[in-house]
This record gives sequence, C-alpha cells and structure tokens, in this order.
Amino acid sequence: MSSKISKPAQYPFSDSFPILNEKVSGKSLVYLDNAATSQKPQCVIDALTEYYEHINANVHRGIHELSRKSTIAYEEARARLARFIGAAEAEELIWTRGTTEAINLVAGSWGLDSLKEGDEILISTMEHHSNIVPWQLVAQRTGAILRYIEIDDQGRLVLEDFPDLLNARTRIVSVSHISNSLGTVNPIRQIAEQTKSAGALLFVDGAQAVPHRRVDVQELGCDFYAFSGHKMCGPTGIGGLWARRELLESMPPYHGGGEMIRTVGRDESTWADIPHKFEAGTPNIAGAIGVAAAADFLEDLTFEAIAEHERSVISYAIERLSSIKDVQIFGPKDLVERSGVVSFVMGDAHPHDIATILDGEGVAIRAGHHCAQLVMHHFGVSATARASFYLYNSKEDVDRLAESLGLVQAIFSTS
Amino acid sequence: MTEPSLTSLYQQLILEHYRNPRNQSEIEGYTAEAHVSNPVCGDEICIQIRLAEDVIKEIRFVGKGCSISQASVSMMTSVVKGKSCDQAIQLAGRFADMMKGNQEVAADISMGDLRALRGVSKFPVRIKCALLGFDALRKALQKDQDVDRNVYSKREMIQ
Repeated sequence: MSSKISKPAQYPFSDSFPILNEKVSGKSLVYLDNAATSQKPQCVIDALTEYYEHINANVHRGIHELSRKSTIAYEEARARLARFIGAAEAEELIWTRGTTEAINLVAGSWGLDSLKEGDEILISTMEHHSNIVPWQLVAQRTGAILRYIEIDDQGRLVLEDFPDLLNARTRIVSVSHISNSLGTVNPIRQIAEQTKSAGALLFVDGAQAVPHRRVDVQELGCDFYAFSGHKMCGPTGIGGLWARRELLESMPPYHGGGEMIRTVGRDESTWADIPHKFEAGTPNIAGAIGVAAAADFLEDLTFEAIAEHERSVISYAIERLSSIKDVQIFGPKDLVERSGVVSFVMGDAHPHDIATILDGEGVAIRAGHHCAQLVMHHFGVSATARASFYLYNSKEDVDRLAESLGLVQAIFSTS
Repeated sequence: MTEPSLTSLYQQLILEHYRNPRNQSEIEGYTAEAHVSNPVCGDEICIQIRLAEDVIKEIRFVGKGCSISQASVSMMTSVVKGKSCDQAIQLAGRFADMMKGNQEVAADISMGDLRALRGVSKFPVRIKCALLGFDALRKALQKDQDVDRNVYSKREMIQ
C-alpha cells in the first residue's frame, strides 16, 4: 500500500496533516505534545479507510478472497516495517499494541523463563515507567535483582559506572534509545558492545527514536528493539518488537489463543512458528497497514530532511525559551545529544498552570511527570512542562509557544 | 460561545493564596488526618484536623501542586475552621456544585474566598485540582479518630 501525499511535501509538511487545521480555544492549533503521540497524515488515514472499505477480513484463516487480500496486506505491512528498522527478515518482527506491550512480552516470556534468583536486570533512572514496572514485576516473581544506571545533571546516563554495574549476574540491560522526558539520545552502540562483552542481552526502548531517525537494529547491535506506531504518524494500538530469529524461537509464548498454535490437544498444544507464536488472537490488522503507510510517508520525506528540519526548530526553541526570564530547561546542553523534547519549569508557575494557560492560546503541551517519576526525583521537581516537536512543527510554532509563555509570566507576576 | 477566560481562572486572590497559603503547617494533638494525591499530575495534599465536640477547632495542611489545588485547600481550611463536621461536609458538597457551574453557590458569601475559584468550572480538566483539598477533608472527617500513622512518611515525601 503506497502513500498518497496529496500535495508536494514542503517543510514543515503540515499540509499533509488535516488535524493541524483545527482551532483550539478559537486559535489555530500548535501541537507540541508529540512525545505523547504524533498526528496522522492523510495517507495514513486513507490507508485505514481503504482497508475497512475494501479489504477487511480476518487473517490467516479465511479461504475466501477478502481474507486472502487482508492476509497479504497484513504480512506486507510486517515486511515493510521490518525493512524500515533494518531487520534481516520479516518474521523477526512481532506486532504488539505498542512499546509497552513489547517490553511486557519480553519480561513475561524471556524474563519469567530465564531469570533466576540473584540474576540482575540493569535499567536506568531515565526510563519511562513502561521500561521499569514490567521488570519490577518479573524481578518480584523470579527473585532477580533490579539495578539502575543513574543520570547526571544534564540528564545523561552516567556510563562511567556502566562497566562496574555489568557483571556475571547481569542477564539483561534495558534502556531507552531516546528519553521521553528529557530528549537525551543514548549511545546505544557503545552500550550494546559493553553489554555483549558481559554476556547479557540488550533491550532498547525505541518509542522516541523510530519517529525521528533511521534505526537499523542490526547496526545498533542490540538484542531486542521495540517501537510504537502512534508516535511515528501511525495509528494507536500498533507497535512492534524485533529480535533475532534464534532468540525469538528460544522464547516460550506470551499469550495463548488462536493464531499462535500449530495443534491443540486436551492437555497441551504446539506452537506456530515465529512471528505468529507471539500473536494470539485476531491482530490489529488495520493498525499494521496504517503504520506501514506511515513508514512510507516518513521514508518519502527522508529521515535526513526530517532531522535537519527538526534540528533547526529545536535549536530555535531552546534559544527562545532560554531567553525567557525564569525558564529552566532540563536535559543535555549539547544538541547532538538531544532529540525533539524540551522539558522545562518556569518560576513559581506550576507546569499544570502553564499548560492550562498555553491551552487557552491553542498551544498543546504536556505537564506532569511524563511517566518518568525517577527523572523528576533526580531533578528535585514533581513535574515539568514539556514541549515536544515533530516534523510538522515550525519556527512559527516556537514563536507562538514563546509568546504564550509571556502570558504565563504576565499572569503570574500580578501578585 | 465565548471562550472561558484565563483571567477569570487566575484571579489575584488565587495566586495570593498559592503564594501565601493559610494554615500551612502541622498541628499538635490532631484527631484526624488524610493524605490524597492526583496521580495524573503528582499534586499531593495532607491535612490534619483537631476536632472537639464535633467542631473543627483547628485545620492545617501540607501540600505541593498547582496554583488551583493549593489555593483551593488554603481557602477551604480558612472557611471550615470553627464549623461542625456536618457543616464542613455540606460545604464540600456546595463547592462541588459550584464546580458544576452553580451560580447561586458562586454568589454565596458564606463560601468566603472559595468563590474566587468559580472560574474553574469553565476548565473541566482543572476541576479535579480544585476538589483535591475537599477530597482530603472528606477522607479525614470519615476517618475521624482513626489516625493513619503511615501518613508521617507521606508528609516527609511532600516536603
């Protein structure tokens, strides 16, 4: 299913996103909550509509024509996303509901099967709750120990400690490729090499990376890589888990049900081959097709062009926000080490109040702990305001953000 | 339809209570206590009450959070002091009505400074912030004598 960009793509590509024409509080929308979810281009919306209007049927079981078409579209989408992330073969990509389910799949399948008392799981305090809680659950059930890589005052992993934290008991390291709360880009290749030398597996949470940059899972050298479709212009409820064939084949099923079996007996069953072994029940067929259209869309624009555009917007955002009195920005100072997230606080205006005032100006940001309470504890704040940018944001959006922050200042300086 | 105005939300009096909260500390010999939080934004409030013959003799709080949640609990403590438990619970009900847009409550002088929060009703996502302190009040009065000692560690967390 190829993408259908109705107009020639021009930066910041906002013409392709119908929702960006919406008015919020009577003003044109400035959407800066992209780390939470991205908006969808027309080609993705069209792909979903086309699927439901012309193809919809269950996959891998119907003998009829629609089921054949639906199965082909679903498996082509898998192959499309496998290519998109640099996987060696389509079967190495498991469809999940998103990154969260991918982490739970590995913790629940590989973790429960392989971890023993005293084994160590190494994660970092930078992680989203979805890369902490599944490991806590599996640690509690297996007696494994959860250990943390700390972050420094710029929100970067303290990797000097990493070799000491890695030891013979370390079975898996799980870190984010890019932090959702700070925008920090982690050096995955270096982490992968060290993890491999220690004989452990590396899981990478790629939810914030896949939307913004070309990811090649083989080049990164990790063992598991997870992503969410909805943050990369695709629909909600679809994402993927990648791992090498041998590793996936060695893991027991995660959910039981239809689709994932070969034979079912009264007391036991045998499993389908990968990837279907991990995909019990009717999958999110439309979601898979939608995220494949999103992959087409992103690659048509090229990640080089997306990155160049985003860099110029982010550097302008940091420059403008830094010049506002009382604004304190968290995260790496070096732009090479950060992605499209600008997390900040402003004087005694609580982030929740900032978000309400900005909302009144049509500017959508997130305020809160961003599912990263360990990061908030590290910086001694309970919440931050977070503006997160994507390919359709422009410098004009940054201007609207900065002007609205001026209004926050005006309101909070009145007493 | 006119857009809800931010100036109606962020009244001077609200920011004044946010920056100079009334009744903020702990009290000796409290008889009821409650801790509440909003997991969505991380706001937290812990209140302590000293009751005598069913009357709120003393009420104080410790909290952290947005201007709406902190101003609301500050105003609430000022208004309920000296009231009976029934009157305080009734006031909580009237405040909830005001959050649903009830104009009669918004004009009732017995609501004191709490009337400054009437604009919150136009901002549905912030109503929970304004109600947080009242949630703590209800919880404390329900528990009454049943003091939860675990709250000590929670209060340390707030500070």
